[in-house]
Amino acid sequence: MPTAIKVESLSKAYQIGQFSTGTISRDIERWWALARGKEDPFLKIGEKNDRSSKGESDIVWSLKDINFKVEQGDILGIIGKNGAGKSTLLKVLSQVTTPTTGTIKMKGRISSLLEVGTGFHPELTGRENIFLNGAILGMTKAEVARKFDEIVDFSGVERYIDTPVKRYSSGMYVRLAFAVAAHLESEILVVDEVLAVGDAEFQKKCIGKMGNISKGEGRTILFVSHILNMVKSLCQKTMILEDGEIQSIGATDDMIQYYLSSKKNAIKEWDSGVVGDFIAELNFARITDSDGNSVEFIDINEDAFLEYTYTVKEGGYMFNPNVHVYDQNGNYIFVTSDDNVNSRFDKGIYQSKVKIPSHFLNTGIYTVGLALTSYPGTVIHFHEADALTIEVKEDIRKRENPYTGTIPGVIRPKLEWKTMKKKQI
Amino acid sequence: MNIKDNYPESGEWDLIITPGKKWFDLQLRQLWRYRDLLMLFVRRDIVAFYKQTIFGPLWYFIQPIATTIVFVFVFGNLAGLSTDGLPQPLFYLAGITAWNYFADCLKKTSTVFRDNQAIFGKVYFPRIISPFSIVISNLLRFGIQMLLLVALIIYYLIQGIDFGPGWTILLLPVFVLFMALQGLGLGMIITALTTKYRDLSYLVEFGVQLMMYATTVIYPLSSLGGKMYWVVALNPMTFVIEGIKVSTLGEGILTLQTMMYATSITFVIFTIGIIIYNRVEKNFVDTI
Repeated sequence: MPTAIKVESLSKAYQIGQFSTGTISRDIERWWALARGKEDPFLKIGEKNDRSSKGESDIVWSLKDINFKVEQGDILGIIGKNGAGKSTLLKVLSQVTTPTTGTIKMKGRISSLLEVGTGFHPELTGRENIFLNGAILGMTKAEVARKFDEIVDFSGVERYIDTPVKRYSSGMYVRLAFAVAAHLESEILVVDEVLAVGDAEFQKKCIGKMGNISKGEGRTILFVSHILNMVKSLCQKTMILEDGEIQSIGATDDMIQYYLSSKKNAIKEWDSGVVGDFIAELNFARITDSDGNSVEFIDINEDAFLEYTYTVKEGGYMFNPNVHVYDQNGNYIFVTSDDNVNSRFDKGIYQSKVKIPSHFLNTGIYTVGLALTSYPGTVIHFHEADALTIEVKEDIRKRENPYTGTIPGVIRPKLEWKTMKKKQI
Repeated sequence: MNIKDNYPESGEWDLIITPGKKWFDLQLRQLWRYRDLLMLFVRRDIVAFYKQTIFGPLWYFIQPIATTIVFVFVFGNLAGLSTDGLPQPLFYLAGITAWNYFADCLKKTSTVFRDNQAIFGKVYFPRIISPFSIVISNLLRFGIQMLLLVALIIYYLIQGIDFGPGWTILLLPVFVLFMALQGLGLGMIITALTTKYRDLSYLVEFGVQLMMYATTVIYPLSSLGGKMYWVVALNPMTFVIEGIKVSTLGEGILTLQTMMYATSITFVIFTIGIIIYNRVEKNFVDTI
């Protein structure tokens, strides 16, 4: 198959911190350096985009030396942690912003769906918005008109097509918006996690439509998602981004396996001033066994503890430590908080830990978010959404059940069972 | 789809994205490709305006009529400023109508980046379309207000007052274009600068007000002498307003020199506007 997209040594630098101050002096500094024929001082400094440590400079490389090709008709999945550069890559590909260095070459028209319903105007009717949104996404009026019936049909909002969209329910709104996007005629589609909205049935329909687009019409799709199952069902090839660099690119199943195992971290430390506000900040988190020793993974047969340490820099607040757990597809499993804390904390270093009882989570990989909230006013001092990634493992030989296969489900509680003979027959 | 085998090797790409920036790029080809979007934006602005107000276009009449009455009272009667021998309402209404169009174009264009932040951050289309659509949709309002002026002109002609445009009425579209381009140019400069220096946006409302007094909206250029004449004459809008008064009312200053000055200053402002807008447009998403 011919190449549809070719990306060569693509990089993108961002300036972080205060934008409004010192910009003129920086501009002058830059012009002065360039005028003397020296290297651009802005480009010289730079480092990995790693959020857990504080950078030396205020320039962050969101993408660094990205090279890849996509063949026509392929669906390439792009996965990676928050801040790995996925969104930046999509933005550069869809021309919302320009790269700092490197080139992207494309064959055919490109449309990007970084959001559904971009430019929808609440006062306009469904019909008017279809045309407007279609045009924003790069279609001509004639193209939209030709596909109009199909779009309305796909969205399932025929009855309300001449009603202003401000009266639509959010579900209808999303359906209509996605229907427009799904009927784009461009040869290359760049899709962000827009599919995560809408009900399950409609999601399925959308995935089917996307699959058809690529197989049936030979279009190329770049698909970014957190939801690994969706990537799995849609993409043949997947790219893993980490800290702005391509970590690996290959068959989707291999990549997801690799991604999940590389993502695991049962212990993590944060530099001062990175996660938190002026009242409290997160320092350290780990998993321990019941003796307080750090462990790499949780044994399903043993109790384990999630433990995190934070500094309270300003006393006098009623703190409420809370922990959020997600499965590998990003589904929220549970939230738990320490509700026994009744007194106000004074300054100091604190540690909170929560017991994960044995036979509670099923085997698998989970993401743990750590947060600290204070009352009254529900102020969130820090919330590190993917602080730890933990694996729950099981030694099958210890299983009390003769079955040796994988047991499905998110939780694996040991429930009370009673089986008895009722009558002799 | 017609795709030749191995075409990438032959270097036939439809789109090449590089960090490079062009200094002056009207993106005419892109504008043409997105012409439907331009018209849909214009339509959206007009339709949304109508749906949101009860009186709709009636608002378009109230503002110039009220302003004209105030001007007649303050500048005509109290200050006794000359109106070039024209009936005062006519003189002020012509100036106000023209100035309003320029001011609207400028004010709306000067917030383009801020108003379209969300959409610019999510999807690509030639950014220049947004300011252009503003200038076009404002034409509707200008047209409606012009009807008011025409009605007033007819009224005074019936009254037997001797005035009126000659062949110069043919130049009206040219002056309207100049107003649009100047409003667009200045607005694009301001919106580009406000992405970096936000406080500038506070100056706009106030600045436009001040600029009006330095333009011949409430007094004729012919009433000025010496230094004052030159200060006002150098104002890029002055000869455009004068031109509009000549072409609609037949009074004002219009010579080959003033026409050339108006043409060249419009061109300069518009060009600078495009250049600065294009420079900022590429990466503004990263900074705002």
